[in-house]
Amino acid sequence: MPFREFSLIRRLSTYLYTRRRLRLALLLALPVGWLVVVYGGSLGSLLLNSFFQIDSFSGTIDRSPTLETWRQVFTDANMAVAGRTIGMATAVTIASILIGFPLAYRIARFTSGKAKTALVLAVLIPLWSSYLVRVYAWKLLLASEGVAAWFFNVLGASSVLNWILGLPLIGGPSLSTSSLGQFLVFTYIWLPYMVLPMQAAVERLPESLLEASADLGASPATTFRRITWPLILPGVAAGSIFTFSLTLGDYIIPTIIGNSSPFIGLAIYSQQGVAGNLPLAAALAIIPVVVMGLYLTGARKLGAFEAL
Amino acid sequence: MKARAPRSLTVLATAGLMYLHIPILFVFLYAFTTEDAAFTFPPPGLTMRWFGVAAQNEDIRQALGLSLMVAAVATTTALILGTLAAGVVWRTKFFGRDTLSLFIVLPIALPGIITGIALRSAISITGVSFSFWTLVIGHATFCVAVAYNNVIARMRRLNPNLLEASADLGASGWQTFRYVLMPQLGSAIITGGMLAFALSFDEIIVTTFTAGNQQTLPIWIFSSLVRPRNRPVTNVVALLVIAITFVPIILSQRFAARTENQ
Repeated sequence: MPFREFSLIRRLSTYLYTRRRLRLALLLALPVGWLVVVYGGSLGSLLLNSFFQIDSFSGTIDRSPTLETWRQVFTDANMAVAGRTIGMATAVTIASILIGFPLAYRIARFTSGKAKTALVLAVLIPLWSSYLVRVYAWKLLLASEGVAAWFFNVLGASSVLNWILGLPLIGGPSLSTSSLGQFLVFTYIWLPYMVLPMQAAVERLPESLLEASADLGASPATTFRRITWPLILPGVAAGSIFTFSLTLGDYIIPTIIGNSSPFIGLAIYSQQGVAGNLPLAAALAIIPVVVMGLYLTGARKLGAFEAL
Repeated sequence: MKARAPRSLTVLATAGLMYLHIPILFVFLYAFTTEDAAFTFPPPGLTMRWFGVAAQNEDIRQALGLSLMVAAVATTTALILGTLAAGVVWRTKFFGRDTLSLFIVLPIALPGIITGIALRSAISITGVSFSFWTLVIGHATFCVAVAYNNVIARMRRLNPNLLEASADLGASGWQTFRYVLMPQLGSAIITGGMLAFALSFDEIIVTTFTAGNQQTLPIWIFSSLVRPRNRPVTNVVALLVIAITFVPIILSQRFAARTENQ
């Protein structure tokens, strides 16, 4: 090995080896510079922008500090949007737990080797394959002349579909323009984020505890309630961080599916884009940050961070 | 050999898997439909025509080119930053280490719209103009987490004695890096890179906020969904996006599985 060629690099690396602080500073400069300055700085400017307001005459940003924009955030209309979004995020999280558990449990407890790898991959692939295209796929499914309507028709159950669509709160002109459709798509898109941490949690569950519980005469339901559920709760909490947070900020799904009734993400998007009101968009964006802050604090207490 | 699963559990799990996979199959079917205005099911007929129409479309070609470029540059940047950050967090303790690891995961732990609007605020305050580079900065910021996670996971399984042994045998820091550390980390870096590439190629939310007039492929799809035009072409582009994101995902999985078995 011709070490001579490396002599300069070698001397440099020896020099750095003896100067721990300098070495650390050099290694840290890039990632810290980027994340703390670019990203941290951006978050700071978000907060700063929320204390500006839009000049109603010129439509430009007036950069004198004001609380006016924050006053606009706390109007009933915006609070209703926040409530609606948090409600959907909660519903999606609960549905993901209900649909995800059997899948996670089946993979963790009753498969091994190649079959397990294949099943985990089957959950993982939708997570990584195109988000936008998967939302689009549901547009094809839920459209009034689309696959779901055809399916109900073939089953002779069109009246059932019409009855569902007629329900207040969840119904609408067609599935693709209803809250129910929105809920189905949100759950579909974020479900893998729930299955994977749940599966990891079930995997860590000591089999002996389940057997002991059964030996002592507990019914499966009791075993689930007193052993399984408390022990997998950190994993569920970890998964719920994603299902909750991602629903909270999304504006793509409410734009493509549903009746465009506002969600926080959609409100931020249209304030920034259509209305050109960056200060109000910035102030609205603080809502999900605060909600997620509270959520993460709660999830941390349940041990979610260790289960990630 | 594991115990047999109860029938009801298998049924529920299968239903869950079908929910995850069946919708995407319809994207494949619709790319071939002769219908050109609505989403009629079943398709009145099948044709290959729209593939040719899509290939001729200049907007789509440009959007595809931009998406690939942004993903390539953002992935490279994220790999450098993420690997450096992982190395520092793994080997040294310093003031603010926890803050750094928080900042790495924050862009993907918070909703994408927060990263997007935050960058937008910074762009507006600093007066930087929108360009290819604002897109790259936005994408690299959330891709760092993917690179970091893959590399640090590998590092944690690495025996630190290897580095000491290398030093004891007289290797310089550079040689240790080149001949000991890199071969161990290589596949984790590649896996992280492929996932970051797929993530960036597909990203829409941060992209919307950091793009000026530039149109990436996801932005093209989104705008043609909001204002429906060229429905059949949109179907073909959707298929194209799936194909392009699929390749790195599958490769990275095979890669990860292979190194796992070694």
